[in-house]
Amino acid sequence: MSELTLTVMRLGFLAVLWLFVIVAVQVIRSDLFGTRVTQRGSRREAGRQQQQQSGRQQAARQQAAPPQQRGQQGGGRQRRNAPTKLVVTEGTLTGTTVALQGQTITLGRAHDSTIVLDDDYASSRHARIYPDRDGQWIVEDLGSTNGTYLDRSRLTTPTPISLGAPIRIGKTVIELRK
Amino acid sequence: MSSTSNSPTHHTSTIGAIGAPSRRNTELALLVFAVVIPVFAYANVGLALSGEVPTGLLSYGLGLGLLAGVAHLGVRKFAPYADPLLLPLATLLNGLGLVCIWRLDQSKLLQSLPNFVTAAPRQLLYTALGIAMFVAVLFFLKDHRVLQRYTYISMFGALVLLILPLVPGLGADIYGAKIWIRVPGLGSLQPGEFAKIVLAVFFAGYLMVKRDALALASRRFMGLYLPRGRDLGPILVVWAMSILILVFETDLGTSLLFFGMFVIMLYVATERTSWIVFGLLMSAVGAVGVASFESHIQTRVHAWLDPMREYKLSQAGVQDGTLHSEQAMQALWAFGSGGTMGTGWGQGHSDLIKFAANSDFILATFGEELGLAGVMAILLIYGLIVERGVRTALAARDPFGKLLAIGLSGAFALQVFVVAGGVMGLIPLTGMTMPFVAYGGSSVLANWALIGILIRISDTARRPAPTPASNPDAEMTQVVRPS
Repeated sequence: MSELTLTVMRLGFLAVLWLFVIVAVQVIRSDLFGTRVTQRGSRREAGRQQQQQSGRQQAARQQAAPPQQRGQQGGGRQRRNAPTKLVVTEGTLTGTTVALQGQTITLGRAHDSTIVLDDDYASSRHARIYPDRDGQWIVEDLGSTNGTYLDRSRLTTPTPISLGAPIRIGKTVIELRK
Repeated sequence: MSSTSNSPTHHTSTIGAIGAPSRRNTELALLVFAVVIPVFAYANVGLALSGEVPTGLLSYGLGLGLLAGVAHLGVRKFAPYADPLLLPLATLLNGLGLVCIWRLDQSKLLQSLPNFVTAAPRQLLYTALGIAMFVAVLFFLKDHRVLQRYTYISMFGALVLLILPLVPGLGADIYGAKIWIRVPGLGSLQPGEFAKIVLAVFFAGYLMVKRDALALASRRFMGLYLPRGRDLGPILVVWAMSILILVFETDLGTSLLFFGMFVIMLYVATERTSWIVFGLLMSAVGAVGVASFESHIQTRVHAWLDPMREYKLSQAGVQDGTLHSEQAMQALWAFGSGGTMGTGWGQGHSDLIKFAANSDFILATFGEELGLAGVMAILLIYGLIVERGVRTALAARDPFGKLLAIGLSGAFALQVFVVAGGVMGLIPLTGMTMPFVAYGGSSVLANWALIGILIRISDTARRPAPTPASNPDAEMTQVVRPS
């Protein structure tokens, strides 16, 4: 084998090895920043909303429109102002996010809960969050010992959740975000 | 309505990104890449050594490809939402390890040694067993939270695994470290590698229950949180255990690994920096204490402090009761002669390290033949595996899964650090194996199982939240209202 071929192969191998590392990092990047597209989308949406706020009527029509235009599964997202994720803002699970895709989210200490709370003040099946038929997200207390609080008030009936309103369960606070 | 008419498609794509699509095709593409690279290396070794493409190229490539394919199908079937990177990264390391071991098999110098065995076919067999183990973990472990039930059983299991090498008739003393057991008909097995995983399960289950007591019931003293005596109990027990391993099995690496893993998990569980301070102090005290009277450890420390002197003593054949190791110096020379870009596959002389060139010192071969650039890439690949493990821990929705993922990836990171640091002369050399790369059945099997568990946790973490099957009204009736 000529010296030249071997040198080319040697450098070629290193290049291929590094290419793999770079591709792997790109995959991580798309994994991490996959949500950035959403922010861009929601920012655009926010911009649109600002435009719309000038025309109140249009905005009002927008709010009236959703029930018709929504699809069934995970449909709520086509609404304006529909939350797309649930974020834990306080407590041991701070930073955990769950994508809202039209599924029911259960919270509690039970191991099969969607979000397993490690919190002495939480019941094993504490609360659940689900979209109603109009795609509005509802929080319902499942008869917990210490109660579920939306903003400051203790829940007694299933209650619609507005964006960014803190839902407190024991030491854990969660909220819905776009 | 007009403003929203074009948004649904846009929205579905972005929501898909948040809701973690399965990404199995990304994994497949990376996996193909991860098989092609070792095949390229294999051809490269053959061309450099004998001037022709090695005859086994096709079967080797097909074999590795088949194994990777089986693993991929297993993931597709049993863990469809798992992290797309873990499997390709591990496959690449395993493939490169195979090539490197095969390359060392070709060395005339190593072939002339009395206890030479062709290691590559065996390693390929171990890899096949490892992949089988990986798929078995995915198949049998449908939910990692099941492991939580076996918290104390796994503590007992880990202790048994660690004690096994000391049982007379079962244990085997190889090169001064008693960490192997002989299984008749199968060869030797290193139970410590498996104990690593079992112990992580115990720590995760234990700390999940006890972490509030450990984090909150403490007194503040000089800026540090001092835990109560009874909460200190478990950490003392683990410390004593790792010291005992060090004394009786003279295995510095394993004891460092277990204690380090416990401290990492304790820190993650309690968020108290004081545990790290305590951990470092205790491991320093333990290591210095044991090193001062254990001759096997002393040899390692001497070879670390002044490798050149040990090399000269070894060459001169000085017999003063202690064993002088020339390997530490030889490994450094291998790295040095590799330089930045390396000598190229098959053109180095790392076989001069003689025995253990394909196990403990395999990184030196990479250092010589791939140079700094190659070793950096390999270390980065290890780093990426750890990163994916930590990422899995962050994404996990249950505390047990979080702790287990952190523990396993922490143990993996520590093992890479301990081996790479030892070979490069940063810390005293310990007899541990570079995960996936080094020759050794137990290590390959245990690390594939470890990756399997991480993939299982990441599948649970990235899976879109399932709809509870049961009727919500039925759930209501199960709740007991105390008030």
